[in-house]
Amino acid sequence: MERVLLERKVLSENERIAAGLRARFADHNILSLNLISSPGSGKTSLLERTLESFDRSERVAVLTGDIQTENDAKRLARFGFPVKQITTGGTCHLDARMIERALLDWHLEEIDLLFIENVGNLVCPASYDLGESAKLVVLSVTEGEDKPLKYPSIFFKSELLILNKIDLLPYVPFDIAAAEENARSLLRNMQIVRVSCQAPQGIAAWLAWLDRKRQRSRAATSAA
Amino acid sequence: MHEMGIANAVLDAIRAETHRFPNGHIFKVGVRIGALAGVDPDAMSFCFEALVRGTELEPLVLEIEYCPCRSQCRACGRSYAASREDAICPACGMMESLFLGGDELELSYLEVENGARVVGT
Repeated sequence: MERVLLERKVLSENERIAAGLRARFADHNILSLNLISSPGSGKTSLLERTLESFDRSERVAVLTGDIQTENDAKRLARFGFPVKQITTGGTCHLDARMIERALLDWHLEEIDLLFIENVGNLVCPASYDLGESAKLVVLSVTEGEDKPLKYPSIFFKSELLILNKIDLLPYVPFDIAAAEENARSLLRNMQIVRVSCQAPQGIAAWLAWLDRKRQRSRAATSAA
Repeated sequence: MHEMGIANAVLDAIRAETHRFPNGHIFKVGVRIGALAGVDPDAMSFCFEALVRGTELEPLVLEIEYCPCRSQCRACGRSYAASREDAICPACGMMESLFLGGDELELSYLEVENGARVVGT
């Protein structure tokens, strides 16, 4: 009997493809954001508010993942930007190969900002690098304020927490201060914005964060 | 529930290694799973057994090393188990810590019978 050391990531194939995507995004100066949340937290609604705020000249594109249906892509296509649905057919997350395939017939040189809306799930998407610049996690106030503690992996890996549906706060027993404290207990520097996509409310704060992120990303690219 | 996919990735990696042991049989694989990896060890074992059953890889044992979150105190340098950034250092009571690990999802080793004649790398 002999022990042979391997010492590599289990998802090394996904990591390899994700590294290739990251390099291509960098070559084309694309800021790519991976949006993750439970089903029904409002990722698509947030993207609707975001896309409708953009001038048509903005070079923005969206990949949206779901197990079935093209519904989200239809919702998002109305704004005139390139949108593609990825239907996983049962898989509970997007992986790097799905992104690679979805981008095959897109011209990356025509994109500055790519949103990737993951399959609604707080567990599995945390394990799969999509080559994104940053992960963003959406949590709605109709969920529990302890979700950051229940699903630490995704909150730990996210740069921004978007607390959505804050117009419902008067009607639900959600302690927003506790939710933010729970998120920051995992990640002290977690940035947080509070929004309602229906009211709408707080969207300006989200767009300001996005704008700062795009500026930092451009500055980093031109310095490189 | 993505453990089936993860277990499949482990088996793909093992299949890619079999050519190195032409006369050997891989009978155990060691995998490290961190507390923050988002992978449930029990579900992982269940999926692994289901995928191995009836294949050429049988019998194959999965050994999971579960890795807790580890932090290092920025003040005194002591390493300790902690799953949150605001955990307090057991040595000096400081709250400033550096994340050391706990998100592993790694293949660590194979155990091979008659594997002495390893071919290449």
